[in-house]
Amino acid sequence: MEDCLLKKIEISVSEAEKRTGRNAVNMQETYTAYLIETRAVESQTEGQCSPVDSLWRRYSEFELLRNYLLVTFSHIVVPPLPEKRAEFVWHKLSADNMDPDFVERRRIGLENFLLRVASHPILCQDKIFYSFLTQEGGWKEMVNETGFQLKADSRLKALSATFRVKNPDKRFTELKHYSDELQSVISHLLRVRARVADRLYGVYKVHGNYGRVFSEWSAIEREMGDGLQSAGHHMDVYSSSIDDILEEEEHYADQLKEYLFYAEALRAVCRKHELMQYDLEMAAQDLTSKKQQCEELATGTVKTFSLKGMTSKLFGQETPEQREAKIKVLEEQIHEGEEQLKSKNLEGRDFVKTAWADIERFKEQKNRDLKEALISYAVMQISMCKKGIQVWTNAKECFSKM
Amino acid sequence: MRHLSSRGCFPRALGKFVTSPLRAQRPPCFDRQAREPINAAEDLSLPNGTPVDTSSPASSSSLLNRLQLDDDLDGETRDLFVTVDDPKKHVCTMETYITYRVTTKTTRAEFDLPEYSVRRRYQDFDWLRNKLEESQPTHLIPPLPEKFVVKGVVDRFSEEFVETRRKALDKFLKRIADHPVLSFNEHFNVFLTAKDLNAYKKQGMALLSKMGESVKYVTGGYKLRSRPLEFAAMGEYLDIFALKLGTIDRIAQRIIKEQLEYLVELREYGPVYSTWGGLEVELGEPLEGVSACIGNCCTALEELSEDMTEDFLPVLREYILYSESMKNVLKKRDQVQAEYEAKLEAMALKKEDRPKVPTDVEKCQDRVECFNADLKADMERWQNSKRQDFRQLLMGMADKNIQYYEKCLTAWESIIPLLQDKPETK
Repeated sequence: MEDCLLKKIEISVSEAEKRTGRNAVNMQETYTAYLIETRAVESQTEGQCSPVDSLWRRYSEFELLRNYLLVTFSHIVVPPLPEKRAEFVWHKLSADNMDPDFVERRRIGLENFLLRVASHPILCQDKIFYSFLTQEGGWKEMVNETGFQLKADSRLKALSATFRVKNPDKRFTELKHYSDELQSVISHLLRVRARVADRLYGVYKVHGNYGRVFSEWSAIEREMGDGLQSAGHHMDVYSSSIDDILEEEEHYADQLKEYLFYAEALRAVCRKHELMQYDLEMAAQDLTSKKQQCEELATGTVKTFSLKGMTSKLFGQETPEQREAKIKVLEEQIHEGEEQLKSKNLEGRDFVKTAWADIERFKEQKNRDLKEALISYAVMQISMCKKGIQVWTNAKECFSKM
Repeated sequence: MRHLSSRGCFPRALGKFVTSPLRAQRPPCFDRQAREPINAAEDLSLPNGTPVDTSSPASSSSLLNRLQLDDDLDGETRDLFVTVDDPKKHVCTMETYITYRVTTKTTRAEFDLPEYSVRRRYQDFDWLRNKLEESQPTHLIPPLPEKFVVKGVVDRFSEEFVETRRKALDKFLKRIADHPVLSFNEHFNVFLTAKDLNAYKKQGMALLSKMGESVKYVTGGYKLRSRPLEFAAMGEYLDIFALKLGTIDRIAQRIIKEQLEYLVELREYGPVYSTWGGLEVELGEPLEGVSACIGNCCTALEELSEDMTEDFLPVLREYILYSESMKNVLKKRDQVQAEYEAKLEAMALKKEDRPKVPTDVEKCQDRVECFNADLKADMERWQNSKRQDFRQLLMGMADKNIQYYEKCLTAWESIIPLLQDKPETK
């Protein structure tokens, strides 16, 4: 991380703005644009014309950036984007994309995404990423010029497709298994957490009714009146305290969500590896079969039953010249195949090396982040308990004066 | 008072006419009562038809004695202690029921022994309460727990139900034992001491029909002209009080319901962390820690809602029933006053008979005065114990919640070090 981008510039997504415009098919659409601000940390660019230090991007551009990174850096666990649509929310929270709370949480999420990429040892050096931050116009064209879409392996998108790999790398198989399980456990956790939040909200809010009834009751009491009235006030405080508590907890949920999506990124690397392994094995298989054909032609024996063998029997033997020519072609192909296999092998080894290094980096990051998330969650719970103790102690004092 | 005036659709003038003599005649009545307390007591025993033991000074409802006893209650001269404990289930061919041990310790002369221990079942308590209501119509009789909380839904023989009921029955007897008049009631004495209560019950059956009549005969006909302000206020107070308690009862039940639903989710929430911990190496321990912590919070929550169900709700219910009892006494008081007013009216019509005030009217007036005095004293006593009980109840509720949060706090604080160790990852 010596010369990661973050050392040179500060990045923030500082604002979100609702906009209306016309889309590709000339339809009216409303979207949110986010203001990205960048500032050079060291003012070494004095004499030069300094780049724009703020520009607007919309979510779809972030998506394009990520897709580009995903294809270009298939051996990297590419940081995920915050969710497009609010998921795993408890009922009180709006699932509306334009909801200010949601937009605000997404702003934080997008900023987090940029910071993650900028602090990544490899991703941060990417030029497209840098222009995403600094060059407002023409960025899209620039991305498309890279032709990354051509490189995109359509097979990666087919989620259900499984390729029968004969010699899978055990480490990647395990990692794939882990990312599957991680995804399922985090999504389960988020689902239950939303329900827990829902119920907790209910418990607190029903206490608010005490506030009203105590105050009404206090009107007909003499000695007890004051105590009831003020205890009622504390019940109101108790009831409304849950709003802030759960809003804060939503941040924890977002931290978990990031890792839910990270699980997908992790799986993408595994799948890419699997595909490469598959291609390698296919190439090897192809080579073996060509070698076999070549040998058959040379010796004139047909070891295995084949259509070619049948046709040659039906339509008579080839001339030696024809056979020679065929063998020549095959030998050329074999040579080509061997080269290909060699480079594929090399490519594969390279992929495994870089991917695994990044996976190790990811694991460390994950352990650190999640520990921090758990600590902040525990701190949140502690502060909730303290608030609860405070309110009930106040209420108790009121009751004791009755 | 407002709704009362609409009920009394009598001409205003008549209303005024009736009230004024009442007020005018009050001072002499008090005078006489103070002078002849025994007389007043005898009058009071009239509607019951039961021979009240006049030799016992405290069994009369005279103002003098009442005041004395009130002083006693404030001091620490309690001399009658009753407890209900040790519920036992009896299974017979005909029925299954629970009996409770009723233990009495006393230094009172009315008891032959200093200590008694008898077994009573719910219907015996019910009998006692009916007897008290009949023989002490001017007094507020503490309520019994409802016969069935919810028919069919509640298991009457479950430990929780029996324990909740035992507590309520204990409270019921203690309230009577602490009452300056009720505690001297003959039926109460029998209830606490009799080896064979059923024999006594049968013996009393013959008298029952008579008494029923004497209580009922005023029910029809009369409408109250002017309920004294303080009783009207008392009635209004009780209406609102019962209404508010009903609301609090519903809120408390709703909270318990929400808490239990919360508990269900929490119980699922904790283990998910455990499952996750199983996938991880370095995070394994922290995640297990969070899971265990949520487990502790579950236990704390369970205790909280259990406490609320067992300690909070029954007291609320008792007071709702209590206010019902109070309203009944108020109604009876109104009847006695109505009777008096009717007689007064009849007398006023024959103005020429004025000089010789019929003793019947006088007796009636006495009854009204005594009733009012008894009721006021009981109301005051009730207000006091209500204040104390609710202070205790609500402080208890606050305490339980504080304890709950303290337990959760300890749990969460204990896992922080678990999450913080191994700093070498940075």
